[in-house]
Amino acid sequence: MAMTMTQKILAAKAGLDEVHAGQFVEARIDLALGNDITTPFAIREFEKTGKGKVFDKDKVAIVPDHFTPNKDIKAAEQCRVLRDFAKSQKLSNYFEVGEMGIEHCLIPEKGLAVPGDAVIGADSHTCTYGALGAFSTGVGSTDLAAAMATGKCWFKVPAAIKFELSGSFRKWVSGKDLILHIIGLIGVDGALYKSMEYSGEGVGALSMDDRFTVCNMAIEAGAKNGIFPVDEQTAGYVKEHSARGYAVYAADPDAVYERVIKIDLSSLRPTVSFPHLPENARTIDEVGDIPVDQVVIGSCTNGRLSDLRIAAQILRGKKVKKGVRVIVFPGTQQIYLDALKEGLIEDFVEAGAVVSTPTCGPCLGGHMGVLAAGERCVSTTNRNFVGRMGHTGSEIYLSSPAVAAASALTGRIEDPDNV
Amino acid sequence: MGKVYKYGDNVDTDVIIPARYLNTSDEKELASHCMEDIDADFVKTVRKGDVIVAGDNFGCGSSREHAPIAIKASGVYCVIANSFARIFFRNAINIGFPILECPEAVKNTDAGDELEVDIMTGRIRNMTKGAEFFAEPYPPFMRGIIEAGGLIGYISKH
Repeated sequence: MAMTMTQKILAAKAGLDEVHAGQFVEARIDLALGNDITTPFAIREFEKTGKGKVFDKDKVAIVPDHFTPNKDIKAAEQCRVLRDFAKSQKLSNYFEVGEMGIEHCLIPEKGLAVPGDAVIGADSHTCTYGALGAFSTGVGSTDLAAAMATGKCWFKVPAAIKFELSGSFRKWVSGKDLILHIIGLIGVDGALYKSMEYSGEGVGALSMDDRFTVCNMAIEAGAKNGIFPVDEQTAGYVKEHSARGYAVYAADPDAVYERVIKIDLSSLRPTVSFPHLPENARTIDEVGDIPVDQVVIGSCTNGRLSDLRIAAQILRGKKVKKGVRVIVFPGTQQIYLDALKEGLIEDFVEAGAVVSTPTCGPCLGGHMGVLAAGERCVSTTNRNFVGRMGHTGSEIYLSSPAVAAASALTGRIEDPDNV
Repeated sequence: MGKVYKYGDNVDTDVIIPARYLNTSDEKELASHCMEDIDADFVKTVRKGDVIVAGDNFGCGSSREHAPIAIKASGVYCVIANSFARIFFRNAINIGFPILECPEAVKNTDAGDELEVDIMTGRIRNMTKGAEFFAEPYPPFMRGIIEAGGLIGYISKH
């Protein structure tokens, strides 16, 4: 029976010749990931299994990134639980403040996810690594606990939507605009329980950073995973970051898709999602006059080096609009260092932006940029739910780094072409 | 039997349990903030056995298991919705907290109605309106997890 790319990986990891949509399988896991919010529960549940040791000390990764550097005493206590666990389990992939990053920027950078892997993470944006041609999905703490104990996870094999990409982006358009456009098209539950599989000659026009951004927000369409085919760019990225061998899977030519959506990348415009759902997507031409109080550039969605380069290119030699607070947070220590060496950090500081250590903080209203009632923020993050970044009376507009940086200069949501 | 709290579509994990409270793993403390950003009165009035009824895509957003844990610890017996976001769905099953998909019941139930729910058969009786609905029963695999009290109980057995 013909299978999608996702189904092929799941079949291989479940030790089956073939699987079909709707089937329950138990699959072997190549990496189980947790953070400081979700892992304390997982450790508690893991201890109930009586297993004692994790299934493989090299295949469990823990990244304290959400409320770190510890934002308060309670967060510090939570992080201590992770630290003690990592130490007692002799985990090789525990990343302390100073060597860490936002988990979904860090894991690919450290070479911990490669094509053909099956990865679970107790964080919804674990779907990011589909960019590498891996099956990767977010789960909860109990799933993480079970995976740490057994090296396996249960899945309902997903059906898929295929996105056939053609053409290439015009100036200022990026992977973020593509995924916001898609979510606007299919809705926040448009891919519920399904895979979002990308294909077509347009794939080659997307950088790896674009692909990470596109797969990162699969969850915002309700999807189980997003996945890109493995090409020369993927191979180049993996060679640079990992010494591990990997398997390349491709969808069968006659694989069945519930829906096929064709997108000409050259038809896309910079896109902004209005409050309070990512599906409220409008092109920059339809935005109107929206003054903003804060601009956030970074996160697991858009905190990579190419994101910072675009933002710095727009801000370089200019000043942010008086009264607008601009917060830049690079995805990892390495990205921070690379940005520093390239002079991007200087560009940001000269322009009047602050640059934060890598943290998820502002994206989920944790710390480092919480919003007050009535405040508006244009943000390169992934969710604009009520109260996501602070007060329930605040508003979040999701955009690319280019739109966010342009907005920082004029104090309203701005077309990068105008600055 | 329990009283219905009714909500709309896309109830997300940020309103079920806002991130500002995720610096704790204490179930009672999480329950004390459950639904706070969408319904400030919820925690003041919810009683053991009550039922949440909602529209499409309930529990969308983050993977925080704190969301079903907060609802369960608040005393809610089960959630009935048109559909559930997938991570919320598996988290609920994995902690042995019952959830049912039943658009007919959602359509014909109002806030404050009294419901009687049988999880294993999927039978939902609206005592206020004198109506009865059937949700799709769980597949055997999931039923096994629920009967074991959650995934940890299940893997300990198998």
